Amino acid sequence: MKIRKLMCMAMATCLVAGSLAGCGGKKSDDKVIKIGVFQPTTGENGGGGFQEVLGIRYANQIHPTVTIGGEEYKIELVEVDNKSDKTEAVNAAQKLVSEKVSVVLGSYGSGVSIAAGQIFADAKIPAIGCSCTNPQVTEGNDFYFRVCFIDPFQGTVMANYAFQNGAKTAAVITQLGDDYSSGLGSFFKEAFAGLGGNVVSEEQFQTNQTDFKAILTNIKAANPDIIFAPSSITTAPLIIKQARELGITATIAAGDTWENSTIIENAGADAEGVVLSTFFDEAEPANEEAAAFIEGFKKYLKDNKQEEIIPAVSALGYDSYLAAIKAIETAGSTDTTAIRDALKGVQIDGVTGTITFNETGDANKDIAFIKTIKDGKFQFLTTTTVE
Amino acid sequence: MSFTTFLQQCLTGISLGGAYALIAIGYTLVYGILRLINFAHGDIFMMAGYFMIFAMASLPWFLAIPVTLLVTVLLGVSIERVAYRPLRSAPRMSVMISAIGVSYLLQNLATYLFTALPKGYPEIPFLKRIFQIGGLSASFVTFLTPVLTLVLVYLLILLINHTKIGMAMRAVSKDYETASLMGIKINKTISFTFAVGSLLAGIGSILYFTDRMTVFPFSGSLPGLKCFVAAVFGGIGSIPGAVIGGFILGLGETALVAMGQSTFSDAFTFILLIVMLLIRPTGLFGEKTTDKV
Repeated sequence: MKIRKLMCMAMATCLVAGSLAGCGGKKSDDKVIKIGVFQPTTGENGGGGFQEVLGIRYANQIHPTVTIGGEEYKIELVEVDNKSDKTEAVNAAQKLVSEKVSVVLGSYGSGVSIAAGQIFADAKIPAIGCSCTNPQVTEGNDFYFRVCFIDPFQGTVMANYAFQNGAKTAAVITQLGDDYSSGLGSFFKEAFAGLGGNVVSEEQFQTNQTDFKAILTNIKAANPDIIFAPSSITTAPLIIKQARELGITATIAAGDTWENSTIIENAGADAEGVVLSTFFDEAEPANEEAAAFIEGFKKYLKDNKQEEIIPAVSALGYDSYLAAIKAIETAGSTDTTAIRDALKGVQIDGVTGTITFNETGDANKDIAFIKTIKDGKFQFLTTTTVE
Repeated sequence: MSFTTFLQQCLTGISLGGAYALIAIGYTLVYGILRLINFAHGDIFMMAGYFMIFAMASLPWFLAIPVTLLVTVLLGVSIERVAYRPLRSAPRMSVMISAIGVSYLLQNLATYLFTALPKGYPEIPFLKRIFQIGGLSASFVTFLTPVLTLVLVYLLILLINHTKIGMAMRAVSKDYETASLMGIKINKTISFTFAVGSLLAGIGSILYFTDRMTVFPFSGSLPGLKCFVAAVFGGIGSIPGAVIGGFILGLGETALVAMGQSTFSDAFTFILLIVMLLIRPTGLFGEKTTDKV
């Protein structure tokens, strides 16, 4: 009983202290503008989401303030976890709205961004997607922007690459109910068929599925030249290793999510030869901002006990932050609608290249980096554009 | 479909079924004794995966395996101690909610401790050796899983039917209040049941992850759910039922994928459950319970 009483006391003290601390923050004279970070740090996409958050936190460390109408505002990041889940995403988005953030950055994963898009639009808060590539994120949503390319482009790029490298038949593996995976898969299929290729096998799997042998046995029987498997980084090593174990020798290809060193770590030698498209290549900095970012962020990663390989999503997180502060500065106010209007006209020299937004809010990007895994590293193969 | 593909799919199905069966036994044992669906069982299976990763980092495999199994058993028994024993006399619903709580706790603890990025499962050389027979290609563990499952089930049935502790387990499962009046140590028997269930989950985890090679905090959730279905399908509380349920599920799922219906392979699992509950609520081998007035 005594212990219980003590616990109650301790909890009550914590609560009181917490609320007092909250009050203290509000009373201070510093002008503060809040930026919401809408990312998954747990759940299926928790790993990748966290890397994107790191990019944003780093950006906040480099650019901690913004000048609005001659006054300096401190930027405060409000981080919420959307748990890679569409229902949780709505809750997390509502939390950001009630925190009165001026801009939202995120999310990793298109499904959660689509689910939360309407909430941001209703609250008239502009959102800037970092790596959500499904077209539906920004379509019909006046408040959603993004700094990355979109899936019809990415699917076409990969289909072109596959076809030009002699692949005539392809198999497509997608995740059931995942907007990113099924969207990108179908754009690839369309483009590949359009080029005269033949999609010989289409398979689907469930979220959190760990056994792909049955699917892969079917694919082995169909004997395609290339397997296109856009999916999360938790799924990637499973597909790669099980495919090689079954004796499948076809090239395995995927989209931007796979550019992540955990895949090499987990799939080991089996990952050799995997091909993917991505947003960013650290070997070829596009401008000064990029060069400074590459150097500084590597150190930041080391301080955070992460691998010193820059994930493309971190770079995009950084760019979305740059776009946000540029828009706030241009708007000259904390009014969210004014920031939205300013976003339409901004131009930033980001880490992933120069970014401007088109009518739907997508970044005008027409370049993708194609990389392969060789000797345990991501190696730059080629850049492609689609006319 | 060529004959080789057919054989390869059969192999996949049987191996998957074996792993399902081992986990399903854990559900069935605990249910048989406590009338509790231990929702944390799938997560114990996942934690066993992480234990193995850490054990293999510093020990050779023949030491790492017993260490992993021991830690898994300790985890299972301490979960019972902390989360279920204080609720022994509470309504059954409270214990079940506690089990769901433990499941979320383990998932989030794993995310916090080991991050949500997948971790590679260590290779145990002899289990991972790849055999090529004609067009078939599979690692040793694929063949070992179903065989080991059947051996373990045989041992378990011997244990339950021919030892003192087994007799105590049977008595507790029939009526634990009366059993305690007869001088059977209920708590000890229940702890033992959890130990056996966790041990099997640990062995299942080694077989399953050696074949599938990465562990992440949610890798126990889907297998856990499916094995629960397998246990209910076979008749929850019945060990042969759980084993057959596991194999039917593994083979059925694989067969659907083989027919090109990968979209519906999970729907199959749950439709099977619904149909079974409608036609025969006690499952294949479940005992009919008659209410004594």
